[in-house]
Amino acid sequence: MTCENIRSLVHAYLDSELDLARSLEIEDHLRGCESCAREVADVRMLRTGIANGAVYHQAPPALEERVRSLLASQPHRRGERDTKLPRLGWTLIGAAAAVAFVAILLKDVLPLPLAPVANTTHEVVADHVRSLMANHLTDVASSNQHTVKPWFDGRLDFAPAVTDFKDQGFSLIGGRLDYVENHPVAAIVYKRREHVINLFVWPMLHMEDSRPVAETRDGFSVVHWTQGAMAYWAVSSVNTSELEKFADLVREAGSSPLPARQ
Amino acid sequence: MFLPKKVSRFEEALLPHLDAAYNLARWLMRNDADAQDAVQDACVRALRFIGGLRGGDGRVWLLKIVRNTCYTRLSGARIRGTETEFDEEMHSCDAAATNPETLLMRSRDADSVNRALEQLPLEFREVIVMRELEGLSYKKIAEAVELPIGTVMSRLARARKRMHQALIASTHEDS
Repeated sequence: MTCENIRSLVHAYLDSELDLARSLEIEDHLRGCESCAREVADVRMLRTGIANGAVYHQAPPALEERVRSLLASQPHRRGERDTKLPRLGWTLIGAAAAVAFVAILLKDVLPLPLAPVANTTHEVVADHVRSLMANHLTDVASSNQHTVKPWFDGRLDFAPAVTDFKDQGFSLIGGRLDYVENHPVAAIVYKRREHVINLFVWPMLHMEDSRPVAETRDGFSVVHWTQGAMAYWAVSSVNTSELEKFADLVREAGSSPLPARQ
Repeated sequence: MFLPKKVSRFEEALLPHLDAAYNLARWLMRNDADAQDAVQDACVRALRFIGGLRGGDGRVWLLKIVRNTCYTRLSGARIRGTETEFDEEMHSCDAAATNPETLLMRSRDADSVNRALEQLPLEFREVIVMRELEGLSYKKIAEAVELPIGTVMSRLARARKRMHQALIASTHEDS
């Protein structure tokens, strides 16, 4: 091997990523080549320096407590909603969630997000309709974003941004907890003239932002997008172009990084 | 998956790796408060999507989520802007290695090492942390940063070269 070949493999060699034959070849070369041997010695020295000198930051006890209390707060979430939904409702949601779950598993294999999206559309529309029928539009009724936002704190394990767009014709009227894919999500409620808009928000695993996609389902407009690793789903009986306008306002408001803490 | 089951799965597969999660976040965010928030946020996501872990390596899976969360949180600032026109060729040791004693001295000084690592661009810092502090193989790093193994290998080589140069440079500054 030439020196150039050796140099390109030095790191893999020192990281024990090469097979035995290659390693022996390199060692053979190093015995006869001072300059490559020095390169290897340098990298070795650097590695030792990092291993001995760089701080390994242990999780502070406060963080472990936070994570444990997050875990402790989980099992009760399901029960809260049980009393509000008839058994059949749960069965349907469970079935939808199961389909969505399988779809998510498949998504890793086939990079097509279509299946889970279709089911999520179904769920958010169902949630929207239920919010209108069950006389349970808001858990906290307020047009003040500084009232609605803190209300979610402690009820959700993430902190959705809440902004009033009254001046642009979309008035904040409150918030409530809802469930999508069997998880608690934030439902932020707006009014456009007499039309209700539900904006569902929940955290996502992947960070890629996606642009709004609009569709209609059962006569409702649905617009969804991803921003800052959060999923946003807006549902309303307003027409699609108005809902897209709303989505643009929300996205604009959210383009600054989200506040860090819950 | 029912929530209590998710919780026990989390406790068993991910909680043991909280130190690894925090260490990565602490190096990426560069301060304790932001690192803790990022890890908490990552745990929320991990819990929600723990079905996706299946039989995989819990530590690598958690690190991947922590990394994504940190990148999202840092996205207000420029994060990839530091992907530079740094010379890609591997003939490195020229100028920097003219004085091996300097490197030896500096690499034994923990302050210099920590400062040099902290100042590395994000994409170099993370591979050093995963390789040297977490001891992950190229394959596992590739999984965590979602890049091909070859890219991980060249990135690690460049990261070390930069560390090397930063250590040499620090000598001139403060000695």
